[in-house]
Amino acid sequence: MPDQPYDLIVGLETHVQLLTQTKLFCGCSTKFGAAPNTQTCPVCIGLPGSLPVMNRKAFRLGLVAAIALNCEIPEFTKWDRKQYYYPDLPKGYQISQYDLPMSKSGWLEISDPKGRFATKKVGIIRAHLEEDAGKSLHDEAAGKADSRIDLNRTGTPLLEIVSAPDIRSTEETRAYLTELKLLLTYLNVSDCNMQEGSLRVDANVNIHIQTLQGKIATPIVEIKNLNSFRFIERALAYEAKRQYDVWQETGRKMGDPGTFKQTRGWDDAKGVTFSQREKEESSDYRYFPDPDLCPVITLAGDVREVRGSLAELPAAMRHRLEKSYGITPYDSDVIVAQGQPLVTYYEEVARIGGDGKKAANWVTQEVLRVLNEQAWSLEKFPLTAGALGELVKLVVAGEIEITRAKEVFNDMVAHKRSAAESMAALGIGKVDSSELEAICREIVAANPKIVADVKSGKQQAVGALVGQAKKKNPNANPNDVRRICLEIIERM
Amino acid sequence: MSLTAHSAADLLRDLAARKVSSVELVNAYAERIRRLDGQIKAFLHVDFDAALARAKEIDGRRAAGKPVGKLGGLPVAIKDVLCTQGIKTTCASKILQNFVPPYDATVVRKLKEADAVILGKTNMDEFAMGGSTENSAYFKTTNPWDTSRVPGGSSGGAAACLAAGMAPLSIGTDTGGSIRQPAAFCGVTGIKPTYGRVSRYGLVAFASSLDQIGPLGRSAEDCALLLEAIAGHDPRDSTSADLPVPEYAKSVSQPLAGLKLGLVREYFGKGLDSEIEAAVREAVKVYQSLGATVKELSMPHSKYGIATYYIIAPSEASSNLARYDGVHYGYRTDEKAMLDELAAEQKKYEAENNTKKLADLDTPLIRLYRKTRAEGFGPEVKRRIMLGTYTLSAGYYDAYYLKALKVRRLIRQDYDRAFEEVDFLVGPTTPNPAFKLGEKTDDPLAMYLEDLYTVTLNLAGLGGISLPCGFTKSGLPIGLQLQCRPFDEERLLRAAAMYQRATDWHTKRPTIGGKE
Amino acid sequence: MSLTRADVEKVSLLGRLRLSEAELDTMTTQLTRVVGYVEQLREVNTDGIQPMAHAVEMHNVFRDDALAPSLPRDAALANAPKRDSECYRVPAVLGE
Repeated sequence: MPDQPYDLIVGLETHVQLLTQTKLFCGCSTKFGAAPNTQTCPVCIGLPGSLPVMNRKAFRLGLVAAIALNCEIPEFTKWDRKQYYYPDLPKGYQISQYDLPMSKSGWLEISDPKGRFATKKVGIIRAHLEEDAGKSLHDEAAGKADSRIDLNRTGTPLLEIVSAPDIRSTEETRAYLTELKLLLTYLNVSDCNMQEGSLRVDANVNIHIQTLQGKIATPIVEIKNLNSFRFIERALAYEAKRQYDVWQETGRKMGDPGTFKQTRGWDDAKGVTFSQREKEESSDYRYFPDPDLCPVITLAGDVREVRGSLAELPAAMRHRLEKSYGITPYDSDVIVAQGQPLVTYYEEVARIGGDGKKAANWVTQEVLRVLNEQAWSLEKFPLTAGALGELVKLVVAGEIEITRAKEVFNDMVAHKRSAAESMAALGIGKVDSSELEAICREIVAANPKIVADVKSGKQQAVGALVGQAKKKNPNANPNDVRRICLEIIERM
Repeated sequence: MSLTAHSAADLLRDLAARKVSSVELVNAYAERIRRLDGQIKAFLHVDFDAALARAKEIDGRRAAGKPVGKLGGLPVAIKDVLCTQGIKTTCASKILQNFVPPYDATVVRKLKEADAVILGKTNMDEFAMGGSTENSAYFKTTNPWDTSRVPGGSSGGAAACLAAGMAPLSIGTDTGGSIRQPAAFCGVTGIKPTYGRVSRYGLVAFASSLDQIGPLGRSAEDCALLLEAIAGHDPRDSTSADLPVPEYAKSVSQPLAGLKLGLVREYFGKGLDSEIEAAVREAVKVYQSLGATVKELSMPHSKYGIATYYIIAPSEASSNLARYDGVHYGYRTDEKAMLDELAAEQKKYEAENNTKKLADLDTPLIRLYRKTRAEGFGPEVKRRIMLGTYTLSAGYYDAYYLKALKVRRLIRQDYDRAFEEVDFLVGPTTPNPAFKLGEKTDDPLAMYLEDLYTVTLNLAGLGGISLPCGFTKSGLPIGLQLQCRPFDEERLLRAAAMYQRATDWHTKRPTIGGKE
Repeated sequence: MSLTRADVEKVSLLGRLRLSEAELDTMTTQLTRVVGYVEQLREVNTDGIQPMAHAVEMHNVFRDDALAPSLPRDAALANAPKRDSECYRVPAVLGE
């Protein structure tokens, strides 16, 4: 952060809902948007006598994510009961993992093509598997002071991913979350949809202040339920300043007697974080191993098998595209961020077009522009990679020049036809060389001042002749016009 | 001899031979229940109409030559701690007074598939916490041998109804001795199977790592019949063992030659009633006459069994009972009265300017939980929740719960060592015979100490049986306990049956109020 | 180790039980007695002993990610002490 008297320190706790058909401990559906209390059973309601049985696919997805995050996978893992009382937690405890989680000590690399921060590895302290709670809906009807409880969501499998406090700016925060979301969607571990609640973020924030006595750290504040990337950025910026102001007023620092971890929420309308009253006793979760669930043993061979089954990860994909096609980190970032289908599309365009850089420009600028304007997904886009590749090939060969090529492109999209068909329809083609010679001789003859400028050393002046050439024939290639005119002038 | 005096095995043979119908049986037991249960109070609820309808359907099928399950038409009583779909399941607690489960426990489903006929749900200590059935929120069950005394607990109703001839078979549960001890007090036979032998799905949990469902009957042969029907792997219970179920009923009558029995030195210290000791030693002599050898051995950690159990069980219970909060099912306190009470307190503290009490005042939600649970649970349940919450709480977990789990392993190791030398451990089931109603309710710890011989089996996760081996001079039954290796119930039943062929303690019946 | 009344009050909040003044007193006495008894475990040497949280050592028990029928809503809500046509109802939860 520029010119701040403090450094922002952020650790992020994200909860992602795993892409399983059914819940973590029972066969109820995890489908989003069902009518309240229609996806529950004795197990997830926590009826007397019910028992949990672990979803094999959920465990595997957790393993996939943990391995992709470069975590260590301990051989032995178990589940524990985290006990507290809340109406959306029907058993009075959440089945989670406490001291022996399924993974720990990993990292996620983040980078910024715009160079606002140096590439770094953000540590992942742990990733563990736990069940979700239900939902509490406040009754809007006038005069009613009830909360309404919907248990559809109880028992949905969650992976809780805890980062180390290695994040140092709102840009890094956004990059971490973007990369994490990209990774997990690539792996089909989660759809990371913040609007639907399949990606939830809590931030642990404090600041380091440089004083004459050395570095002071303020007490850590947990900001909960940040519902969008924008909210997160705004909340962090606000909170950092608020902590600085409080420190200036009170001098309280981390570790001072009487300070404990505060919890705050973000009110986007007011643009402030606010304190959420929490009694001290609620932090005694009385964890103990869940006697109803058996521990899981994961051997090195299992880890190898899972690692071997992983598709190419986004980071590796970006590096490979940069190396193989000579494109910039900025472009590879844009392409990979769109997902596997666009990467496949791009590579095909580059292969047929014969020029990776040009293909990247066409894909990131023209294709994505149209997709955004039309709100299309790639499947709906009318140009196959082959068709676009052909166009690029023509541009590379100099058969069309760039502005005309864009007209061709738009026509191809609008009429779903090939480059050749569009060119014919638009009357675009390479100008016959003798015709071009004739045109150039004409305009050179008509522009003695430009000739004089060029002859006196101002080569660029010839550029003014391009427009004139195009008026005589719109298909005139600007580079050819410049070259031929210069030759003619030189011979004069 | 009246129908209800027969063993379940005999009744099953008669049913198969069509000498008797299931309807006749249900009527016979219903009649006896109507006549005697006013005194014994073993049942919390009965539904004779439903039982007769079911019996009729089974009789019809049998008559038509269609297949009939292994328990074909036999009436069974079920402790009210197993979920029965559409039938109230209260766990003898107020907090579940109107709870009707929408599903059957796996054991209940298996009983139905075996064509058993459910007579009713039996009384118990609330949430299976207790050793006398005096902790039921509804009423106390009496011992048919002496109705001024307890039948034992927590499966007191299940044992008493058998002893009084009000059912031929019953299902109980055992967490620290709750099948074996009432079986001993009531002069019937009862088994706690090895942990994992029988599915816990649908068993309202008390202490998850200790609870097991088991059969009670008038003989080992009857228990074998019932165990075979309820045992087996259940994919709905992660802790259920994936092992085949032996044909217990078939093999139970085969004797065991060269049995090696172990007498645990520590069981015969002071505190063991002398009449019980005499009866047990007499029973050992009977085994010796049947070819068994006896060895004395030591289980040095058995004396820590009660302390270990009374940390682990309440800890798990405090967690298992957290769900009874009045939100999704069960009893909820009167909300309006609760809110009024809070408002009054708020006013009072405001008037007193008591800022601390105001800051600590419960929110409506918290007060809802606290009042619901205070009103819905009885004193013993509250005590165990408090104890378990304390032993799991921050700062105490290591010293109590974690420590207890380690001693538990030492207790199990004592058993493993013992079973290297002997086939079964033999000893008394209880240190004393059935005590009088109200005798031990003042001192919780005194009640806990009665579990001396039974808790270690649950801690170790092994199997055991209690069978009648005599009577005190005042006519109270005495129980003999055999403990076995993991999943060795097949031989355990045979060993018990051997004894019952050589003796007739298990055939004795009490006279209740002067009647047979 | 003796429990104080304050300890017992704290535990009663953690366990969501409301005890009357008399009950608090009785509970303090009774719990102190039981805790005093169970403390004898301190004298047991458990160095190097693994805790036994499960009665039987089993691992890797899973179920397939296959749909099973949920309860119809009315059956799910049938035992609710207070409900509307769709949801369980409780006094308003804090912070909403």
